[in-house]
Amino acid sequence: MAEGAPMLEVADIATFYGRAQVLDGVSFSVAPGEVVALLGRNGAGKTTTLKSIIGLVPPRAGRVTFRGQEITGWPSYRIARAGLGYVPEERRIFTQLTVAENLEVGRQPPREGAVGWSEDALFELFPNLAERRGNLGKALSGGEQQMLTIARTLMGNPALVLLDEPSEGIAPVIVAQMARAVRRLKAEGLTVVLSEQNLAFARAVADRAVILDHGRVRFDDSFAALDARPEVRDAHLSVSGA
Amino acid sequence: MGLILAQLLTGLANAGALFMVASGLSLIFGVTRIVNFAHGSFYMLGAYVGYSLMQVLPGAVGFWGAILLSGLVVGLIGALVEVIVLRRVYAAPELFQLVATFGVILVVQDLALAIWGPTDLLGPRAPGLRGVVRVMGEPVPQYDLALIAITPVVALALWYLIARTRVGVLVRAATQDREMVAALGVNQRWLFTGTFFLGCALAGLGGALQLPKGGADLLMDFTILAQVFVVVVIGGMGSLPGALLASVLISVLNVFGVSYLPQSTLVLMYVVMVAVLMWRPFGLLGRAEVAGELGQVGAPEEPIRPAGWPIRATVAAALAVLAALPFWGSPFSVVLATDILIFCLFAASLHMLIGLGGLVSFGHAAFWGGGAYVAALLVARLDVPMEVAMLAAPVGAGLAALAVGWIALRASGVYFAMLTLAFAQLLWSLVLQWGAVTGGDDGIVGVWPADWASGNTAYFYLALALSVGGILALRHMAHAPLGYALRAARDAPLRAEATGLHTRRLQLVAFALAGTLAGLAGGLFVFSKGSVFPNELEISRSFDALIVVFLGGVKTLSGGWVGGAVFESAEDLLTRFAFWRLTLGLLIIAVVIVAPEGIVGAARGLARRAGLTRDADPAREDAR
Ligand SMILES: Nc1ncnc2c1ncn2[C@@H]1O[C@H](COP(=O)(O)OP(=O)(O)O)[C@@H](O)[C@H]1O
Ligand SMILES: [Mg+2]
Repeated sequence: MAEGAPMLEVADIATFYGRAQVLDGVSFSVAPGEVVALLGRNGAGKTTTLKSIIGLVPPRAGRVTFRGQEITGWPSYRIARAGLGYVPEERRIFTQLTVAENLEVGRQPPREGAVGWSEDALFELFPNLAERRGNLGKALSGGEQQMLTIARTLMGNPALVLLDEPSEGIAPVIVAQMARAVRRLKAEGLTVVLSEQNLAFARAVADRAVILDHGRVRFDDSFAALDARPEVRDAHLSVSGA
Repeated sequence: MGLILAQLLTGLANAGALFMVASGLSLIFGVTRIVNFAHGSFYMLGAYVGYSLMQVLPGAVGFWGAILLSGLVVGLIGALVEVIVLRRVYAAPELFQLVATFGVILVVQDLALAIWGPTDLLGPRAPGLRGVVRVMGEPVPQYDLALIAITPVVALALWYLIARTRVGVLVRAATQDREMVAALGVNQRWLFTGTFFLGCALAGLGGALQLPKGGADLLMDFTILAQVFVVVVIGGMGSLPGALLASVLISVLNVFGVSYLPQSTLVLMYVVMVAVLMWRPFGLLGRAEVAGELGQVGAPEEPIRPAGWPIRATVAAALAVLAALPFWGSPFSVVLATDILIFCLFAASLHMLIGLGGLVSFGHAAFWGGGAYVAALLVARLDVPMEVAMLAAPVGAGLAALAVGWIALRASGVYFAMLTLAFAQLLWSLVLQWGAVTGGDDGIVGVWPADWASGNTAYFYLALALSVGGILALRHMAHAPLGYALRAARDAPLRAEATGLHTRRLQLVAFALAGTLAGLAGGLFVFSKGSVFPNELEISRSFDALIVVFLGGVKTLSGGWVGGAVFESAEDLLTRFAFWRLTLGLLIIAVVIVAPEGIVGAARGLARRAGLTRDADPAREDAR
C-alpha cells in the first residue's frame, strides 16, 4: 500500500433492495487514521452504504477497495476477516448469550497493521461491561448493548470500523461516553466511518463530513467548510443539535 | 411395583435413540432454520451402516466401534448432502426446503433397498450384554441398562459442546442472527456444514445404538420421523433439554401404553402432544419465536389477474378435448385421467392454502384420507347411498379442518406445519388402531359407486365435473374479496390486522375450505378405487401433495393442478421401473436447484425470454 493511499475507497456504488434502487453512485474515500461521518436524514442511504461496504447488501455496480484490495462481491465474513469491522445500528447483540460469549463470537486472531484488542482492554474502554461480564445480553440496558456491539466488533481487531448511528436512542451520559470511546479508537490508530443524524456528535468526533441524500453524496468536506455553507445543511440535514 | 419399574427402565432405554435423533433435528433447525425431513433417513442409514460394520468388526470393541463409526459415516453423508443440496435452499421458503429434503428421503430409501435388500435385518446383540438383570424380580435386558447409561453421557457431551466451547457459542449465536455472525468474520458455510455433520451423526448414532433392540428395516425413516416431530413439538423446537424431556416422556408413555392400552399406543402419543400444545403452544421448554417467512420468497409477487380471453379460450378448448376423451382415448386412459383429475383437485386445494394463504400444511392428507374414510364408512357400515356419502366426505373433512385449524393456527411457520402433520398422524393412528370400525390395516373394501356412475366413462364425467368445478371455485375465490384479504394477511399480517381484517379467522376459513375440497377429492377417490387403506392418511401422501404444489409452482394460480397432472402421470410411468424413488428423488432435487419457480413459473419465464409474452403487457402477463 503506497504512502497516502486511502484506507477505504468507495467508487460509484449502486445498491438495490429487490427492484428499488437506494444508492445511486456513491463515492468517497477514507484515509488511514481518519474519522469520517456519514450524515443525512432518515432514509438517506447511510445504513445501506455501510451494508454495501461490509457485503451484507452487495452493490450491483461500482467498486469498494479496502487497503488497496478490491473487496466488492466478497462474502461478509471475508470482508470482516480482511480487517473491516461492522457495528450495526439495531444493536444486534446476541440476547441469549452472555456478554463474554458475545465478545467470543467477535474474536478473531490478531492482524498485522491493526490494533490488537483483548477482553481486558475492552472492559477498560467500557467499564460498565466489565461488571456485566456474566449477564445475558438481554439483561443489558440500551447503552450497555450499544457498548457491547462495539466491543464485540473490536474483538475482531479491525483496522477500520463502520459504526452505524452510535448515538441513536441512548441516554445523553452514554452519548458522551460513546464520543470518548470513538476518540479513543482514533487515538489508537483505528480508522472510523460512522453514520449519524446527530450533527453535534459527529462534529465532536469526526474529521470530515460526507452528506448523503437520496442515495447520492451531496457534500464531502470538513465541518468548517460545512458551517460556511448553511444552505447545504438546510437542504440535506434535519436541523438537530447544530 | 417391580413390573412398573422394569417398564420405566425400558422406556428410559428407548428414549436414548429418540433423543439423539430429536436433538440432531433441533440443532440443525436452530442454526440453519431447515426442518430436515430427511432426518429419519439418516437414522435409518445409521442402523444399516452399523449392521454392516458389525458384520466385519469382531467382538465388543468391534460392536461399539461400529456404533461410533456409524455416527461418523452418517455425519459425513449428512455433510455431503448439505454441501450438494441444502446449501442452495437456505434462502428459499420452507416448502422448497421440505421438498429438497423429501428428495433426499426418496434417494436414501432406494439406495438402502439396493444395498441392503428388502428384508428386515435383525440387529446383532451387544457382546457381553446379552443377558438380563433382575430388578425387583423383573428381567431387564443388560443392553437397556447400557443405553440408560449412555444417553446421559451423550446428552452431557452435547451440552458441553454447546454451552462451553467456541463452536457452541457460534452455533448459539447463529441460531439467533446468522447475518451478524457472518459480519463478525465467521464463515457460515463451515458452521452450517458442521452443524449438519453433528446433527446427522447424532441420528446415525441413534440408529446404530438401537440395532440390538429393533434391527434395521426400510420403514424406519418415517416411523422415527413422526415420533421425532412429536418429541420436538412437545419439548420445544431448538431446546435440547426439551428434546430430552419429551423423548423420555414419549418413550415411557409408549411402554406403558403397550401394556395397558395396546389398542391406542400411537393415538396416545398424539393426544399428549395436543394436550401439551393447548397448554404451551411452543412446547414445554420452547420459546415463542418468529419462524421465518412462509410460502413466498424473492422478487415481489406479480399481481394475480383474471385470465385474458386467449387463455380462457385455450383452457375451454383443452377441457372440451378432455371431455371427449372417452370417444378418442383407450379405456385405460379414461381411468388414468380420472385418477389425475381427482389428484389435481387435492393438489389445487393445498395449493390455494399455500399460495394464497401462505399456510404450509404438512398434513393435508388428513382431509383427503379423512374424506375418503367418511364416505367409505358411511357406505360400508351404514349402507348410505353414494350421493349422500359423496356429500358427507367434503362436509366431514371440512369440519375436521375447522377443528384442526382452530388449534394449529395458533402457531405459525414451522410450528404450524408440524402441528398439521401431527394431527394427520393422529388421524392415521386412530384409523389404524380402531380396527373394529375402520378395519385397521385391512382398510375398507367394496365401496362402489351408485349404478348410474359405475361405468368408467360415467365416473370419469363425475370426476371431471366435480374436480373442474372445485378448481374453478378455487380460482374464483382468488379473485374474490376473500382471496385478496388472504393475500393481505399473508404478506403483511400486522397491517392487515390494522385495517380491520381478522387474520386468524380468514386463515381458518381458508384452511377449512382447503380441507373441504381435499375431502371431496378423497370422496371421489374412494369410489373410483372401491376401497381405502390407512396409507391414504400417511405422511408420504401429504408430501406427495406438497411436492406437486412445489413442482407446479407456488406463485402461480394454476400451479396446483398442473403439478398434479404432471406428477400423477409421471408417477404412473415411473413406478413401473425399479428404483423409481431414486429417479423421482433426484428429479425433485434437480428441480429445486434448477427451476425453483416450478413448472408453470419456468414455462412462463421461458415464454417471456422467447418473446412470447412481454413484461409490461398486463393482458397476457396474467398469473396463469
Ligand atoms: N431491507 C430493505 N428493503 C427495502 N428497502 C429498504 C430496506 N432497508 C432500507 N430500505 C430503504 O432504503 C432507503 C435508505 O435506507 P437506509 O440506508 O436505512 O437509510 P438511513 O440509514 O440513512 O436512514 C430508505 O428509503 C429505506 O426505506
Ligand atoms: Mg440507518
